[in-house]
Amino acid sequence: MMLSGWGRYPRAECRVLAPRDGAEVLGAIAANGSLIARGNGRSYGDSSLNPDATLAMRHRDRFIAFDPTTGTLTAEAGAMLADILSIFVPRGWFPPVTPGTKYVTLGGMIAADVHGKNHHKAGSFGDHVERLELALADGSVVTCSATENAELFAATRGGMGLTGIILSAAFRLQPIETSLIRQETLRARDLNETMALFEDSKDWSYSAAWIDCLAMNGGLGRSLLYRGEHARRDELPRNRRRKPLHLPVPRTRRVPVDLPSYALNRWSVGAFNALYYRHGAIGSELVEFDNFFYPLDAILEWNRIYGRSGLVQYQCVLPKDASRAGLTALLGKIAASGAASFLSVLKLLGPGRGMLSFPLEGYTLALDFRADAANFALLAELDAIVAAHGGRVYLAKDARMPAAMVSGGYPALARFKAERHRADPAKKFASLQSRRLGL
Amino acid sequence: MSAGAVLILGATSDIGRAIAHAYGKSGRPLILAARNAARLQADVADLAIRYGVAARLAEFDVLDTARHAAFLDGLGELPGTVVSVIGFMGDQAKSETDVAAAELVMHTNYLAPAALLAELANRMARRGSGTLIGVSSVAGERGRASNYVYGSAKAGFTAFLSGLRNRLARQGVQVITVKPGFVNTRMTEGMKLPKALTADPAEVGAAVVKAESAGRDIVYVRPVWRLVMLAIRVLPERIFKKTKL
Repeated sequence: MMLSGWGRYPRAECRVLAPRDGAEVLGAIAANGSLIARGNGRSYGDSSLNPDATLAMRHRDRFIAFDPTTGTLTAEAGAMLADILSIFVPRGWFPPVTPGTKYVTLGGMIAADVHGKNHHKAGSFGDHVERLELALADGSVVTCSATENAELFAATRGGMGLTGIILSAAFRLQPIETSLIRQETLRARDLNETMALFEDSKDWSYSAAWIDCLAMNGGLGRSLLYRGEHARRDELPRNRRRKPLHLPVPRTRRVPVDLPSYALNRWSVGAFNALYYRHGAIGSELVEFDNFFYPLDAILEWNRIYGRSGLVQYQCVLPKDASRAGLTALLGKIAASGAASFLSVLKLLGPGRGMLSFPLEGYTLALDFRADAANFALLAELDAIVAAHGGRVYLAKDARMPAAMVSGGYPALARFKAERHRADPAKKFASLQSRRLGL
Repeated sequence: MSAGAVLILGATSDIGRAIAHAYGKSGRPLILAARNAARLQADVADLAIRYGVAARLAEFDVLDTARHAAFLDGLGELPGTVVSVIGFMGDQAKSETDVAAAELVMHTNYLAPAALLAELANRMARRGSGTLIGVSSVAGERGRASNYVYGSAKAGFTAFLSGLRNRLARQGVQVITVKPGFVNTRMTEGMKLPKALTADPAEVGAAVVKAESAGRDIVYVRPVWRLVMLAIRVLPERIFKKTKL
């Protein structure tokens, strides 16, 4: 079956197996020399592709146990975040960390050690995983946690599925009083103002900025910064207080066709970005959690707006003390190239843990580019800037970086390789990405 | 809408699971019946956590027709709704040469589930209430070279449901025929199916629950299938026999 990640680049013909229970997962491990687990296919590049055998894990999506006193949910790795939200938000529980889409599986969130708008306060998803069951290359199943098989646990969170297949995991939800977010929107005229607003927003649970990456010169780094808190019940208008945990009615649209390649260009996107920047509603308001966390989920198959060739998302992070210089160089290069990117996102991350986990304390920038030769040349230039500033690129978004970016950007790579070698000496668990990067 | 438990026959299948979820979501208690029902223990916990509904397991082999009545007696109270998701595609090529293989397909898709529904129909008619839902197939609407053994059994099942519906219409028992069309399940894994014609199991589940509450008789999960099957039915045999569908 022809498969790709969310970016639809690259595509590869993969033999797909769809285990329904644990025994079938173990059977697939025994029967295949090389394989990788795939959740809902929302990593952007080639992390979840293996032509020899790709295991579609989303059929194993059962909830195994829930403890309403602690909020600990145990579920099979294929459980979808969207289902977790629709079941638990009405009961007053929310994921401890959520990425920018809810169409991801529990196993995928752990394998990419995803972060969200609350990373500066809450860390990444792996920080909230109490334990997980991992099926290893030799067919055994082990429990991993911060205290049990701790090295394997640290290698597995953010390990892109290369240590084994996550069968199930337990993680702790956070209590909420309402399903709404009290959101504040602030406008920043340039990079300095944007960074000052992030410093000013440290005590907010959630913060992220949409940045206009086509603005040049004095407007370089101009943005709208969104920060939010889970609204308390007493903050709701009287008519919502009776049902404070009400789920929003989903309103979705679908991108019906691949847009032609010329639809997105520096003028169309530039005009959109300028309009968005000027018309952002500055101030405070209550918004549905869906709109705050998952604005793009409302447009099903939005990846098609980049046309048939697909897109690559470039997400890097720079250490905090190098962030101002690095971001100035990155944004200058991107604006000068005119490469169209909607909704580039900037966020201040806290310190990271885990061996191949992406986060480190500093600023992360994420942008989309159409997958074409000109943009690949630009991304190579961005790589050089990131490397020169001691930063790294996010594996879950990557489809094209050279191996040197990983060895240079992830100081714990040697530790990861050692642990992986112990768990899987034959490199049975492999993806097109792991082969490309020599992981 | 009739209340009471929902009995799902063939609950280990992808469509059976999806139907269980859809009824769980609506708050109905569930009885999951299948061979080796113990496999479904994890689903019982899952349904309880997700929807707060009680679910229990029942060991059941549709081919063991002699034990159908005892199976129903063992459930205790007669369920309010029964959904049969029993189906077995078999291998058409094998069915063409191996009588036993063909008979297994015919038994599993028609004779055995019809026997059970007959027993249920009598009990529901005596009670004066209930809903019987049979998941049949569009394959039963016209025999095609690629799967006519399976299709002929489903055709029998569809006709049986239609007859039951006619017989029970004035006795308070609702009979619904569901024709899902293509569905992304284990049975169709690896087949190249047209996206617009292919439903996810969750769509089938939602359609079944909706059909019961809306009092529908015949349900195509994706409406486009009504047109597709109309086209297939009206094609003159002279032309149809030369097609490769």
